[in-house]
Amino acid sequence: MITYEHTDERMMKKNELEDLEVELLLEVVYRRYGYDFRDYAKATVKRRLNGLMGSTNSSCLSALIPSILHNEDLFLRFVSALSITVTELFRDPMFYKELRELVFPVLSTYPFFKVWHAGCATGEEAYSMAILLKDAMLYDRAQLYGTDMNKSSIDKAKEGIFPLDTMKQGQSNYVKSGGRAAFTDYYCARYNAAQLSKQLSKNITFSVHNLVCDKIFGEMNLIVCRNVLIYFNRQLKDRVFSLFCDSLCHRGFLCLGTKESLEFSCLKDKFETISQKQRIYRKL
Amino acid sequence: MHKYAAVVIGASTGGLQALMTLLPEVPEDFFAPVIIVMHMDQNAGGFIPTYLNGLSAIHVKEAQDGEPLMSGTAYMAPPGYHLLVEKGNLALSVDNPVRYSRPSIDVLFESAADAYADELIGVVLTGANSDGSQGLEKIKRYSGLVIVQDPETAVAAAMPRAAIEAVAVDHILALDKIGSFFRKLHNETHSGIKIW
Repeated sequence: MITYEHTDERMMKKNELEDLEVELLLEVVYRRYGYDFRDYAKATVKRRLNGLMGSTNSSCLSALIPSILHNEDLFLRFVSALSITVTELFRDPMFYKELRELVFPVLSTYPFFKVWHAGCATGEEAYSMAILLKDAMLYDRAQLYGTDMNKSSIDKAKEGIFPLDTMKQGQSNYVKSGGRAAFTDYYCARYNAAQLSKQLSKNITFSVHNLVCDKIFGEMNLIVCRNVLIYFNRQLKDRVFSLFCDSLCHRGFLCLGTKESLEFSCLKDKFETISQKQRIYRKL
Repeated sequence: MHKYAAVVIGASTGGLQALMTLLPEVPEDFFAPVIIVMHMDQNAGGFIPTYLNGLSAIHVKEAQDGEPLMSGTAYMAPPGYHLLVEKGNLALSVDNPVRYSRPSIDVLFESAADAYADELIGVVLTGANSDGSQGLEKIKRYSGLVIVQDPETAVAAAMPRAAIEAVAVDHILALDKIGSFFRKLHNETHSGIKIW
Protein backbone atom coordinates (compact mmCIF):
# COMPACT_ATOMS: atom_id res chain seq x y z
CA MET A 1 0.00 0.00 0.00
CA ILE A 2 1.34 3.40 -0.94
CA THR A 3 1.02 6.16 1.61
CA TYR A 4 1.61 9.79 0.93
CA GLU A 5 3.09 12.16 3.41
CA HIS A 6 1.82 15.71 3.43
CA THR A 7 4.91 17.70 4.16
CA ASP A 8 4.47 21.22 5.51
CA GLU A 9 6.08 22.65 2.39
CA ARG A 10 3.37 21.18 0.16
CA MET A 11 0.41 22.22 2.33
CA MET A 12 -1.01 25.53 1.21
CA LYS A 13 -2.54 27.89 3.69
CA LYS A 14 -6.22 28.67 3.13
CA ASN A 15 -5.46 32.19 1.95
CA GLU A 16 -2.70 31.06 -0.42
CA LEU A 17 -5.08 28.56 -1.98
CA GLU A 18 -7.67 31.31 -2.49
CA ASP A 19 -5.02 33.53 -4.08
CA LEU A 20 -4.31 30.72 -6.53
CA GLU A 21 -8.02 30.31 -7.30
CA VAL A 22 -8.41 34.02 -8.00
CA GLU A 23 -5.37 33.99 -10.28
CA LEU A 24 -6.69 31.03 -12.22
CA LEU A 25 -10.17 32.54 -12.53
CA LEU A 26 -8.81 35.85 -13.84
CA GLU A 27 -6.52 34.01 -16.26
CA VAL A 28 -9.52 32.02 -17.58
CA VAL A 29 -11.55 35.20 -18.11
CA TYR A 30 -8.62 36.81 -19.93
CA ARG A 31 -7.93 33.84 -22.18
CA ARG A 32 -11.58 33.10 -22.94
CA TYR A 33 -13.04 36.61 -23.24
CA GLY A 34 -10.06 38.96 -23.55
CA TYR A 35 -10.96 41.06 -20.48
CA ASP A 36 -7.83 41.55 -18.37
CA PHE A 37 -8.53 41.93 -14.64
CA ARG A 38 -5.24 40.32 -13.66
CA ASP A 39 -3.73 43.58 -12.43
CA TYR A 40 -6.70 44.85 -10.50
CA ALA A 41 -5.98 45.35 -6.78
CA LYS A 42 -6.27 41.89 -5.25
CA ALA A 43 -8.15 42.78 -2.07
CA THR A 44 -11.18 44.32 -3.82
CA VAL A 45 -11.16 41.62 -6.52
CA LYS A 46 -11.35 38.93 -3.83
CA ARG A 47 -14.11 40.77 -2.02
CA ARG A 48 -16.20 41.25 -5.14
CA LEU A 49 -15.64 37.67 -6.30
CA ASN A 50 -16.63 36.32 -2.89
CA GLY A 51 -19.85 38.29 -3.32
CA LEU A 52 -20.41 36.81 -6.77
CA MET A 53 -19.66 33.34 -5.44
CA GLY A 54 -22.24 33.81 -2.69
CA SER A 55 -24.92 34.69 -5.23
CA THR A 56 -24.17 31.68 -7.42
CA ASN A 57 -24.17 29.06 -4.66
CA SER A 58 -20.64 27.95 -5.48
CA SER A 59 -18.59 26.33 -2.77
CA CYS A 60 -15.33 27.94 -3.82
CA LEU A 61 -13.95 30.41 -6.33
CA SER A 62 -12.47 27.81 -8.65
CA ALA A 63 -15.93 26.19 -8.96
CA LEU A 64 -16.87 29.25 -11.03
CA ILE A 65 -14.31 28.35 -13.68
CA PRO A 66 -16.26 25.71 -15.66
CA SER A 67 -19.40 27.89 -15.63
CA ILE A 68 -17.54 31.00 -16.74
CA LEU A 69 -15.90 29.11 -19.59
CA HIS A 70 -19.22 27.93 -21.00
CA ASN A 71 -21.79 30.44 -19.79
CA GLU A 72 -21.59 33.96 -21.18
CA ASP A 73 -24.30 35.21 -18.82
CA LEU A 74 -22.11 34.38 -15.86
CA PHE A 75 -19.22 36.12 -17.57
CA LEU A 76 -21.32 39.28 -17.93
CA ARG A 77 -22.21 39.08 -14.24
CA PHE A 78 -18.51 38.68 -13.52
CA VAL A 79 -17.66 41.84 -15.49
CA SER A 80 -20.43 43.66 -13.70
CA ALA A 81 -19.12 42.48 -10.31
CA LEU A 82 -15.66 43.82 -11.08
CA SER A 83 -16.78 47.07 -12.70
CA ILE A 84 -16.36 50.36 -10.99
CA THR A 85 -19.75 51.97 -11.10
CA VAL A 86 -20.00 54.21 -8.05
CA THR A 87 -20.21 57.84 -9.11
CA GLU A 88 -22.35 60.91 -8.50
CA LEU A 89 -22.87 64.44 -9.79
CA PHE A 90 -20.30 66.86 -8.37
CA ARG A 91 -18.85 64.22 -6.07
CA ASP A 92 -16.38 65.93 -3.71
CA PRO A 93 -17.65 69.47 -4.31
CA MET A 94 -14.37 71.05 -3.12
CA PHE A 95 -12.61 69.36 -6.04
CA TYR A 96 -14.94 71.06 -8.51
CA LYS A 97 -14.44 74.36 -6.74
CA GLU A 98 -10.65 74.16 -7.13
CA LEU A 99 -11.03 72.88 -10.68
CA ARG A 100 -12.91 76.07 -11.49
CA GLU A 101 -10.47 78.32 -9.63
CA LEU A 102 -7.15 76.76 -10.65
CA VAL A 103 -7.66 74.94 -13.96
CA PHE A 104 -10.40 76.86 -15.81
CA PRO A 105 -8.40 80.11 -16.02
CA VAL A 106 -5.73 78.21 -17.94
CA LEU A 107 -8.27 76.44 -20.16
CA SER A 108 -9.84 79.81 -20.99
CA THR A 109 -6.62 80.88 -22.69
CA TYR A 110 -7.10 78.18 -25.35
CA PRO A 111 -9.40 78.70 -28.33
CA PHE A 112 -10.24 75.04 -28.15
CA PHE A 113 -9.51 72.27 -25.57
CA LYS A 114 -10.17 68.58 -24.92
CA VAL A 115 -11.17 66.89 -21.66
CA TRP A 116 -11.07 63.13 -21.02
CA HIS A 117 -13.04 61.49 -18.21
CA ALA A 118 -11.35 58.10 -17.92
CA GLY A 119 -13.42 55.40 -16.21
CA CYS A 120 -16.52 57.59 -16.27
CA ALA A 121 -19.02 54.78 -15.51
CA THR A 122 -22.52 56.24 -16.11
CA GLY A 123 -21.18 59.69 -16.90
CA GLU A 124 -22.07 61.83 -13.89
CA GLU A 125 -18.64 63.44 -13.64
CA ALA A 126 -18.57 64.27 -17.35
CA TYR A 127 -21.97 65.95 -17.03
CA SER A 128 -20.76 67.80 -13.94
CA MET A 129 -17.80 69.11 -15.94
CA ALA A 130 -20.17 70.12 -18.76
CA ILE A 131 -22.32 72.11 -16.32
CA LEU A 132 -19.32 73.90 -14.85
CA LEU A 133 -17.99 74.72 -18.32
CA LYS A 134 -21.41 76.10 -19.27
CA ASP A 135 -21.42 78.25 -16.13
CA ALA A 136 -17.95 79.56 -17.02
CA MET A 137 -18.98 80.12 -20.64
CA LEU A 138 -16.24 77.79 -21.81
CA TYR A 139 -18.45 74.95 -23.01
CA ASP A 140 -18.45 75.89 -26.69
CA ARG A 141 -14.65 75.63 -26.83
CA ALA A 142 -14.62 72.21 -25.19
CA GLN A 143 -14.76 68.68 -26.50
CA LEU A 144 -15.43 66.18 -23.72
CA TYR A 145 -14.80 62.46 -23.87
CA GLY A 146 -16.19 59.96 -21.39
CA THR A 147 -14.85 56.41 -21.53
CA ASP A 148 -15.38 53.22 -19.57
CA MET A 149 -14.72 49.52 -20.17
CA ASN A 150 -18.31 48.61 -19.24
CA LYS A 151 -20.55 48.97 -22.31
CA SER A 152 -23.82 49.09 -20.39
CA SER A 153 -22.49 51.95 -18.23
CA ILE A 154 -21.56 53.84 -21.41
CA ASP A 155 -25.01 53.18 -22.89
CA LYS A 156 -26.58 54.67 -19.74
CA ALA A 157 -24.20 57.64 -19.88
CA LYS A 158 -25.28 58.36 -23.47
CA GLU A 159 -28.94 58.45 -22.42
CA GLY A 160 -28.27 61.10 -19.77
CA ILE A 161 -31.19 59.94 -17.63
CA PHE A 162 -30.71 59.77 -13.86
CA PRO A 163 -33.03 58.99 -10.94
CA LEU A 164 -34.72 62.19 -9.77
CA ASP A 165 -33.70 61.70 -6.15
CA THR A 166 -30.01 61.75 -7.09
CA MET A 167 -30.49 65.19 -8.65
CA LYS A 168 -31.17 66.62 -5.20
CA GLN A 169 -27.78 65.43 -3.90
CA GLY A 170 -26.25 66.63 -7.15
CA GLN A 171 -27.75 70.08 -6.70
CA SER A 172 -26.54 70.26 -3.11
CA ASN A 173 -23.03 69.29 -4.21
CA TYR A 174 -23.20 71.80 -7.08
CA VAL A 175 -24.03 74.62 -4.71
CA LYS A 176 -21.22 73.56 -2.33
CA SER A 177 -18.80 73.69 -5.24
CA GLY A 178 -19.73 77.35 -5.74
CA GLY A 179 -22.26 76.84 -8.54
CA ARG A 180 -24.69 79.71 -8.83
CA ALA A 181 -26.80 78.95 -11.88
CA ALA A 182 -30.30 77.53 -11.68
CA PHE A 183 -29.45 73.85 -11.54
CA THR A 184 -32.94 72.88 -12.66
CA ASP A 185 -32.27 74.58 -16.02
CA TYR A 186 -29.94 71.69 -16.82
CA TYR A 187 -32.49 68.92 -16.73
CA CYS A 188 -36.16 68.24 -17.15
CA ALA A 189 -38.02 65.97 -14.79
CA ARG A 190 -40.55 63.38 -15.80
CA TYR A 191 -42.00 60.73 -13.49
CA ASN A 192 -39.11 59.74 -11.22
CA ALA A 193 -36.35 60.53 -13.66
CA ALA A 194 -34.33 63.52 -14.75
CA GLN A 195 -33.26 63.87 -18.38
CA LEU A 196 -30.17 66.02 -18.71
CA SER A 197 -30.41 68.73 -21.32
CA LYS A 198 -29.19 67.97 -24.84
CA GLN A 199 -27.30 71.26 -24.58
CA LEU A 200 -25.07 69.50 -22.05
CA SER A 201 -24.46 66.34 -24.02
CA LYS A 202 -23.86 68.06 -27.34
CA ASN A 203 -20.08 68.26 -26.91
CA ILE A 204 -19.66 64.99 -25.01
CA THR A 205 -18.72 61.74 -26.72
CA PHE A 206 -19.11 58.58 -24.66
CA SER A 207 -17.31 55.45 -25.82
CA VAL A 208 -15.99 52.12 -24.62
CA HIS A 209 -12.29 52.16 -23.83
CA ASN A 210 -10.29 49.88 -21.57
CA LEU A 211 -7.58 51.58 -19.52
CA VAL A 212 -5.84 48.24 -19.04
CA CYS A 213 -5.13 47.47 -22.67
CA ASP A 214 -6.19 50.28 -24.97
CA LYS A 215 -3.75 52.78 -26.34
CA ILE A 216 -3.35 56.55 -26.14
CA PHE A 217 -6.61 58.37 -26.42
CA GLY A 218 -5.44 61.56 -28.11
CA GLU A 219 -3.99 64.89 -27.02
CA MET A 220 -5.86 66.08 -23.98
CA ASN A 221 -5.69 69.34 -22.04
CA LEU A 222 -7.33 67.83 -18.98
CA ILE A 223 -7.70 64.23 -17.84
CA VAL A 224 -10.01 63.37 -14.95
CA CYS A 225 -9.77 59.89 -13.44
CA ARG A 226 -11.18 59.79 -9.92
CA ASN A 227 -11.58 56.77 -7.66
CA VAL A 228 -10.75 54.38 -10.51
CA LEU A 229 -7.04 53.85 -9.91
CA ILE A 230 -7.64 52.73 -6.31
CA TYR A 231 -8.92 49.51 -7.85
CA PHE A 232 -5.72 48.83 -9.78
CA ASN A 233 -2.50 47.31 -8.44
CA ARG A 234 0.79 49.21 -8.44
CA GLN A 235 1.97 47.98 -11.87
CA LEU A 236 -1.34 48.79 -13.53
CA LYS A 237 -1.54 52.18 -11.79
CA ASP A 238 1.88 53.04 -13.22
CA ARG A 239 0.93 51.81 -16.70
CA VAL A 240 -2.16 53.98 -16.62
CA PHE A 241 -0.21 57.02 -15.34
CA SER A 242 2.15 56.49 -18.23
CA LEU A 243 -0.79 56.32 -20.64
CA PHE A 244 -2.16 59.55 -19.15
CA CYS A 245 1.23 61.25 -19.39
CA ASP A 246 1.44 60.31 -23.07
CA SER A 247 -2.16 61.41 -23.67
CA LEU A 248 -1.69 64.86 -22.15
CA CYS A 249 -0.61 67.82 -24.23
CA HIS A 250 2.17 70.13 -23.05
CA ARG A 251 1.33 71.44 -19.53
CA GLY A 252 -1.91 69.48 -19.46
CA PHE A 253 -3.74 68.75 -16.18
CA LEU A 254 -4.41 65.43 -14.45
CA CYS A 255 -7.04 65.14 -11.69
CA LEU A 256 -7.22 62.14 -9.37
CA GLY A 257 -9.59 61.13 -6.54
CA THR A 258 -9.21 62.87 -3.20
CA LYS A 259 -7.34 59.97 -1.61
CA GLU A 260 -5.33 58.95 -4.66
CA SER A 261 -1.91 60.30 -5.49
CA LEU A 262 1.12 60.16 -7.69
CA GLU A 263 3.29 59.91 -4.59
CA PHE A 264 4.11 56.20 -4.81
CA SER A 265 4.30 56.20 -8.59
CA CYS A 266 7.43 56.15 -10.71
CA LEU A 267 5.83 58.91 -12.84
CA LYS A 268 5.65 61.46 -10.03
CA ASP A 269 8.58 63.55 -11.26
CA LYS A 270 6.83 64.16 -14.56
CA PHE A 271 4.18 66.29 -12.83
CA GLU A 272 4.00 69.29 -10.53
CA THR A 273 1.35 69.47 -7.82
CA ILE A 274 -1.21 72.24 -8.35
CA SER A 275 -3.47 71.22 -5.49
CA GLN A 276 -2.25 68.71 -2.91
CA LYS A 277 -5.61 68.50 -1.16
CA GLN A 278 -7.71 67.99 -4.31
CA ARG A 279 -5.09 65.96 -6.21
CA ILE A 280 -4.73 68.26 -9.21
CA TYR A 281 -1.43 67.83 -11.09
CA ARG A 282 0.12 69.48 -14.12
CA LYS A 283 2.47 67.84 -16.62
CA LEU A 284 5.96 69.34 -16.52
CA MET B 1 9.45 33.37 18.84
CA HIS B 2 6.12 34.52 17.53
CA LYS B 3 5.19 34.77 13.88
CA TYR B 4 2.90 37.84 13.82
CA ALA B 5 3.41 40.40 11.08
CA ALA B 6 0.37 42.70 11.18
CA VAL B 7 -2.23 44.01 13.62
CA VAL B 8 -5.74 45.20 12.71
CA ILE B 9 -7.98 47.11 15.08
CA GLY B 10 -11.67 48.00 14.81
CA ALA B 11 -13.50 50.56 16.92
CA SER B 12 -16.74 52.48 16.84
CA THR B 13 -18.52 54.49 19.55
CA GLY B 14 -15.96 55.33 22.22
CA GLY B 15 -13.15 54.44 19.84
CA LEU B 16 -11.30 57.72 20.08
CA GLN B 17 -11.01 57.48 23.88
CA ALA B 18 -9.99 53.82 23.59
CA LEU B 19 -7.26 54.60 21.06
CA MET B 20 -6.09 57.51 23.22
CA THR B 21 -5.42 54.91 25.96
CA LEU B 22 -4.06 52.14 23.75
CA LEU B 23 -1.82 53.80 21.16
CA PRO B 24 0.48 55.75 23.51
CA GLU B 25 1.48 52.39 25.04
CA VAL B 26 2.67 50.95 21.75
CA PRO B 27 6.48 51.14 21.32
CA GLU B 28 7.78 53.67 18.79
CA ASP B 29 9.46 51.00 16.66
CA PHE B 30 6.66 48.44 17.05
CA PHE B 31 7.54 45.34 15.03
CA ALA B 32 4.35 45.24 12.92
CA PRO B 33 2.18 47.76 11.05
CA VAL B 34 -1.07 48.55 12.90
CA ILE B 35 -4.10 49.17 10.70
CA ILE B 36 -7.16 50.79 12.21
CA VAL B 37 -10.76 51.34 11.19
CA MET B 38 -12.62 53.68 13.49
CA HIS B 39 -16.16 54.61 12.50
CA MET B 40 -16.38 58.35 12.16
CA ASP B 41 -18.45 61.00 10.48
CA GLN B 42 -17.99 61.32 6.71
CA ASN B 43 -16.90 64.91 7.12
CA ALA B 44 -14.60 64.29 10.09
CA GLY B 45 -11.54 65.50 8.24
CA GLY B 46 -7.99 64.43 8.97
CA PHE B 47 -7.56 65.75 12.48
CA ILE B 48 -7.99 62.44 14.35
CA PRO B 49 -4.80 60.73 13.09
CA THR B 50 -2.86 63.96 13.64
CA TYR B 51 -4.21 64.24 17.17
CA LEU B 52 -3.42 60.62 18.04
CA ASN B 53 0.01 61.00 16.47
CA GLY B 54 0.72 63.80 18.90
CA LEU B 55 -0.10 61.53 21.85
CA SER B 56 1.74 58.44 20.66
CA ALA B 57 5.32 57.29 20.21
CA ILE B 58 4.30 55.16 17.24
CA HIS B 59 3.70 57.19 14.07
CA VAL B 60 -0.07 57.56 13.46
CA LYS B 61 -1.30 58.68 10.06
CA GLU B 62 -4.22 58.53 7.66
CA ALA B 63 -3.89 55.63 5.23
CA GLN B 64 -3.24 56.45 1.59
CA ASP B 65 -4.15 54.24 -1.33
CA GLY B 66 -1.24 52.05 -2.36
CA GLU B 67 0.81 52.96 0.71
CA PRO B 68 3.46 50.40 1.70
CA LEU B 69 3.05 48.91 5.19
CA MET B 70 5.88 49.79 7.59
CA SER B 71 6.61 48.80 11.15
CA GLY B 72 6.39 51.51 13.80
CA THR B 73 3.34 52.96 12.05
CA ALA B 74 -0.41 52.99 12.68
CA TYR B 75 -2.62 53.63 9.65
CA MET B 76 -6.18 54.91 10.00
CA ALA B 77 -8.91 54.60 7.40
CA PRO B 78 -9.98 57.95 5.90
CA PRO B 79 -13.66 58.78 6.49
CA GLY B 80 -15.94 57.58 3.70
CA TYR B 81 -13.55 54.94 2.30
CA HIS B 82 -13.13 51.23 2.96
CA LEU B 83 -9.57 50.32 3.92
CA LEU B 84 -8.21 47.00 2.71
CA VAL B 85 -4.97 45.22 3.53
CA GLU B 86 -2.84 43.46 0.94
CA LYS B 87 0.43 41.72 1.64
CA GLY B 88 2.80 44.64 2.12
CA ASN B 89 0.49 47.55 1.25
CA LEU B 90 -2.89 49.20 1.75
CA ALA B 91 -5.73 49.79 -0.69
CA LEU B 92 -8.79 52.02 -0.53
CA SER B 93 -12.24 51.43 -1.97
CA VAL B 94 -15.43 53.41 -2.39
CA ASP B 95 -17.65 50.35 -2.67
CA ASN B 96 -21.01 50.62 -0.98
CA PRO B 97 -21.16 50.83 2.81
CA VAL B 98 -21.34 47.46 4.56
CA ARG B 99 -24.00 47.45 7.26
CA TYR B 100 -24.18 51.22 6.86
CA SER B 101 -20.48 51.59 7.56
CA ARG B 102 -17.78 52.90 5.29
CA PRO B 103 -15.07 52.34 6.44
CA SER B 104 -16.21 48.91 7.55
CA ILE B 105 -14.31 46.92 10.16
CA ASP B 106 -15.40 43.62 8.57
CA VAL B 107 -13.97 44.70 5.20
CA LEU B 108 -10.63 45.55 6.85
CA PHE B 109 -10.48 42.35 8.89
CA GLU B 110 -11.49 40.04 6.04
CA SER B 111 -8.95 41.50 3.64
CA ALA B 112 -6.25 41.28 6.34
CA ALA B 113 -7.08 37.62 7.00
CA ASP B 114 -6.71 36.97 3.25
CA ALA B 115 -3.35 38.69 3.20
CA TYR B 116 -1.78 37.63 6.49
CA ALA B 117 -3.69 34.54 7.72
CA ASP B 118 -1.89 33.09 10.77
CA GLU B 119 0.47 36.08 10.96
CA LEU B 120 -2.39 38.40 11.86
CA ILE B 121 -3.67 39.78 15.16
CA GLY B 122 -7.22 41.18 15.16
CA VAL B 123 -8.55 43.44 17.92
CA VAL B 124 -12.16 44.52 18.46
CA LEU B 125 -12.66 47.53 20.75
CA THR B 126 -15.66 49.48 21.99
CA GLY B 127 -18.66 50.04 19.71
CA ALA B 128 -22.44 50.14 19.52
CA ASN B 129 -23.04 47.83 16.56
CA SER B 130 -21.75 44.41 15.51
CA ASP B 131 -19.33 45.44 12.78
CA GLY B 132 -16.16 43.40 13.11
CA SER B 133 -17.64 40.10 14.33
CA GLN B 134 -17.73 38.54 10.90
CA GLY B 135 -14.24 39.74 10.11
CA LEU B 136 -12.88 38.54 13.44
CA GLU B 137 -14.39 35.12 12.77
CA LYS B 138 -12.50 34.96 9.48
CA ILE B 139 -9.25 35.97 11.20
CA LYS B 140 -9.74 33.12 13.66
CA ARG B 141 -10.63 30.71 10.89
CA TYR B 142 -7.42 31.59 9.09
CA SER B 143 -5.48 30.89 12.33
CA GLY B 144 -4.81 34.46 13.38
CA LEU B 145 -4.91 35.67 16.99
CA VAL B 146 -8.12 37.35 18.12
CA ILE B 147 -8.43 39.80 20.99
CA VAL B 148 -11.50 41.63 22.23
CA GLN B 149 -11.67 44.51 24.66
CA ASP B 150 -13.40 43.48 27.86
CA PRO B 151 -16.95 44.82 27.45
CA GLU B 152 -16.88 45.93 31.11
CA THR B 153 -14.20 48.46 30.21
CA ALA B 154 -15.91 49.67 27.01
CA VAL B 155 -17.84 52.91 26.51
CA ALA B 156 -20.16 50.87 24.25
CA ALA B 157 -20.25 47.14 25.01
CA ALA B 158 -22.33 45.85 22.08
CA MET B 159 -19.49 45.45 19.60
CA PRO B 160 -17.08 43.56 21.87
CA ARG B 161 -19.98 41.44 23.19
CA ALA B 162 -21.07 40.52 19.65
CA ALA B 163 -17.49 39.54 18.84
CA ILE B 164 -17.19 37.35 21.92
CA GLU B 165 -20.44 35.63 21.02
CA ALA B 166 -19.42 35.04 17.43
CA VAL B 167 -15.83 33.90 17.90
CA ALA B 168 -13.78 31.73 20.25
CA VAL B 169 -11.66 34.68 21.29
CA ASP B 170 -8.05 34.11 22.38
CA HIS B 171 -7.87 36.98 24.86
CA ILE B 172 -10.44 39.27 26.46
CA LEU B 173 -8.47 42.17 27.86
CA ALA B 174 -9.34 45.28 29.81
CA LEU B 175 -8.61 48.38 27.76
CA ASP B 176 -5.60 49.35 29.85
CA LYS B 177 -4.07 45.87 29.44
CA ILE B 178 -4.12 45.80 25.64
CA GLY B 179 -1.22 48.20 25.23
CA SER B 180 1.00 46.20 27.59
CA PHE B 181 0.07 43.01 25.74
CA PHE B 182 1.52 44.53 22.58
CA ARG B 183 4.59 45.78 24.44
CA LYS B 184 5.30 42.27 25.69
CA LEU B 185 4.87 40.88 22.19
CA HIS B 186 7.24 43.54 20.87
CA ASN B 187 9.86 42.65 23.50
CA GLU B 188 9.54 38.99 22.60
CA THR B 189 10.25 39.86 18.97
CA HIS B 190 13.54 41.39 19.98
CA SER B 191 14.67 39.03 22.72
CA GLY B 192 13.56 35.76 21.12
CA ILE B 193 12.19 34.65 24.50
CA LYS B 194 8.53 33.82 24.96
CA ILE B 195 7.22 36.02 27.78
CA TRP B 196 3.85 34.44 28.65
